[in-house]
Amino acid sequence: MGLLDAGITKHNALVTSVDNVLNWARLSSLWPMGFGLACCAIEMMATNASNYDLERFGIFPRSSPRQSDLMIVAGTVTMKMAERVIRLYEQMPEPRYVLSMGSCSNCGGPYWEHGYHVLKGVDRVIPVDVYVPGCPPRPESLIGGLMKVQELIRMEQIGLSRADALKKLAEKSVDPQFVIESERKAAGA
Amino acid sequence: MEEGKVLSQSVQQSAAAYAIIHDKFGEAVSAFDANATMPFFEVLDLSAWPEIALFMRDNPKLQFNYMACLSGVDYQAEDKVGIVCNIESLGQLNHKIAVKVKCPRQGGSIPSVAGIWHTANWHEREAYDMYGMLFSAHPDMRRILCPDDWEGFPLLKDYKVQESYHGIKVPY
Repeated sequence: MGLLDAGITKHNALVTSVDNVLNWARLSSLWPMGFGLACCAIEMMATNASNYDLERFGIFPRSSPRQSDLMIVAGTVTMKMAERVIRLYEQMPEPRYVLSMGSCSNCGGPYWEHGYHVLKGVDRVIPVDVYVPGCPPRPESLIGGLMKVQELIRMEQIGLSRADALKKLAEKSVDPQFVIESERKAAGA
Repeated sequence: MEEGKVLSQSVQQSAAAYAIIHDKFGEAVSAFDANATMPFFEVLDLSAWPEIALFMRDNPKLQFNYMACLSGVDYQAEDKVGIVCNIESLGQLNHKIAVKVKCPRQGGSIPSVAGIWHTANWHEREAYDMYGMLFSAHPDMRRILCPDDWEGFPLLKDYKVQESYHGIKVPY
């Protein structure tokens, strides 16, 4: 449940937990680091631009890792870039989140066998919270992934580790097949 | 060249350019190959390559002022690696020709032509990066794409990727 759903009483007071307030504040202004590595970056830029308008979620790319909460690894990570990605990740203040966008950064993508220069998954060098499949993913998929990051933040509590929050998120997961089928039925397809 | 075969106009121009080069250098160059898409000749005397290149650029009847591309090739069966240079006379005589140069696969070296066509500078570095042949007298002979401490030359046919790079696993 969102914070604003709790309702404000006639005394203009709102009672909620500290966790709730902190999570609401953090998930409403996720600032990703503005860096792209390949064609996925084009989709990421399209998602940031006016058609898909990420700013309605408070998501706004920052040009410094020191001001960022989220790293969107958008594209092919080469062995040369892998070391820079580690350095950028280490420069981000905690709590920090990583979204791996597209097949290349998920697992090496089309370069998995003969791409001697490609890191076969960015999770080999930094911990990844959310993976977005696609080559490249459409802006809708990226937004889906970003909302997954928001859900993950909603699961967090003071004193709860990231691993436990991810576990809580997995327990809450919904099988999308039901949603897809009901949407199809509603559309008359 | 097959007898009786009609050559296209551009191949005829290349053949004429080759004749001038062959008159000057004789045995240092191979016979002309009238390949329809990429007419070429090979430099047989490695050490003559920069001189041939300079002649090709500066002779008023040749004026090959532009190197369009320089690619590397692994001739594994011959135990050689080589380069293929696509050279054109851009805006002057408008003819073109390809030149092949080969050297031994292990520790081979080819004289650099970076001083004659500046395009060759980075292209020769790339050929070295991928195939491992050195270019003697190159002004800056080091890798261009792979990291400086990368092991092996990736486009050789018997290349095996290294197990790890700076502690990061490389194979899938």
